[in-house]
Amino acid sequence: MTPALTSRWTGEYRFLLGNLLLKDFRVRYRNMSLGFGWSVASPLVMMGVLTFIFTRVMPSTIEHFPAFVLCGLVPLNFFSLSWLTGTVSLIDNAGLIKRTTFPREIIPIASVLANCLHFAIQIGLLLILVVASGYQPNVNWLFLPVIIVLEIVFACGMALAFSALDVYVRDTRYVVESAITVLIWMVPIFYDSNIIPQKYRVVYHLNPIAAAVMAFRNILLENKMPAFSLVSKLTLVSAVTFGVGLLIFRRLKMRFYDYL
Amino acid sequence: MNPDHAVTFEGVSKIYSRSTGRKLLRSHVEGWFGRLPREPFYALNKVSFTLEHCESVAILGSNGAGKSTMLSMVAGLSYPNEGRVTVNGRVAALLELGSGFHPDLTGAENIELNAALLGLSKKRTDYLFDSIVEFSGIGEFIHEPLRTYSSGMMMRLGFSVAVNVDPDILILDEVFAVGDQDFQVKCREKVLSFKKSGKTMLCVSHSTATLNQLCDRAIWLDHGQMVMDGTAAEVIAQYEGRSTAKAGG
Repeated sequence: MTPALTSRWTGEYRFLLGNLLLKDFRVRYRNMSLGFGWSVASPLVMMGVLTFIFTRVMPSTIEHFPAFVLCGLVPLNFFSLSWLTGTVSLIDNAGLIKRTTFPREIIPIASVLANCLHFAIQIGLLLILVVASGYQPNVNWLFLPVIIVLEIVFACGMALAFSALDVYVRDTRYVVESAITVLIWMVPIFYDSNIIPQKYRVVYHLNPIAAAVMAFRNILLENKMPAFSLVSKLTLVSAVTFGVGLLIFRRLKMRFYDYL
Repeated sequence: MNPDHAVTFEGVSKIYSRSTGRKLLRSHVEGWFGRLPREPFYALNKVSFTLEHCESVAILGSNGAGKSTMLSMVAGLSYPNEGRVTVNGRVAALLELGSGFHPDLTGAENIELNAALLGLSKKRTDYLFDSIVEFSGIGEFIHEPLRTYSSGMMMRLGFSVAVNVDPDILILDEVFAVGDQDFQVKCREKVLSFKKSGKTMLCVSHSTATLNQLCDRAIWLDHGQMVMDGTAAEVIAQYEGRSTAKAGG
């Protein structure tokens, strides 16, 4: 029997996770003269362009179209960024992994969580836009954190699995990059989920990002609770993905040292 | 497993198949279909030894002899393909000092990050912070980003954090060349104080004089195999004899 990698590490998870997140924030925001401004500016620019295109160039019949599109883009952007940075996180931190015995799982998870500040700012902007479009905050908004947490859990699961694979097969990051471009069209960003033919709907429901987008729209633009079947599928897929991701990671981590 | 021993290696082998270095999808697929020759390379070949608590051992051998492979297994970073490694106690590995540092963080921020990685608690890190800074001798530069440090300063900081983990087993890989003369003296004093307080030590160094001074026992490795295991004076004498004989011939 080989002992678990963590057996000789007796530190504090919270202290380590906090420090890894702080490192990421400091490195990311210290090297930008605008700092947090970029987290606000980039979605604003995106919103401006979308509003222009879909009101002046190609007017859409969907009401409040900028808010509608942003409900799709915010969860999608968070996931894409988390999946990609999570996938390369072990290789980026090869120096740490070859030298210290801290629990390796913490690296991809920290890399996903590091994107959460950016995610929170974007959600804040989205909520402002929704209110500006004439909606009132209501009790259904309480479901938003649930959906957000489920999406984070899903992203952590994907980051665990793909970061471990990326150590062994360095092509993994390019597979992820391609998958993200496909995902943009497999998530109802620019179209309403109602136009999806019934027989394909299950594919969207089982895709946690598409499900999150539909739930965001239910909550923010339709003033209703997301359907129970949707939330339960989202919960199931997120939990299974996290479990399987952790399992893959645990199986592969024994030989990280040899491959990094 | 005997908890009376600090480290036990029982017939330990570490094998790298030659395709291990290739990380592209193509080589994996070719590997599955058996198109790549899988010549095993033994980084360590059936090595057995036992280290008692309080023992300090020098590991000798030329480049590629398997010293780092052995240390990485004691540190719990990598695992044997055959045999069994048992380690009893908390290990601190001083390998490639400062490699876990981030150049954009200040010295102080790096101390905290490194301490967290090495397994220190928040409370203990706060408690030790001043003594770490003082030991490193970095002074007011501690609040400057690490990229402004000289390489000597960086290694001094790395050493100062790592020796504060309070290990039972200390692994020292070429750390006696850290910093300037003054710091090297401090470094040696610290390591000697570890030895006096009864820690187990594994040392690798090109300076056999240092090893002679620090270690009671020595293990000589060559191409992954153990050549000799005995008192430091004996093994070092033999090892140096071999080197000069080779140079002469």
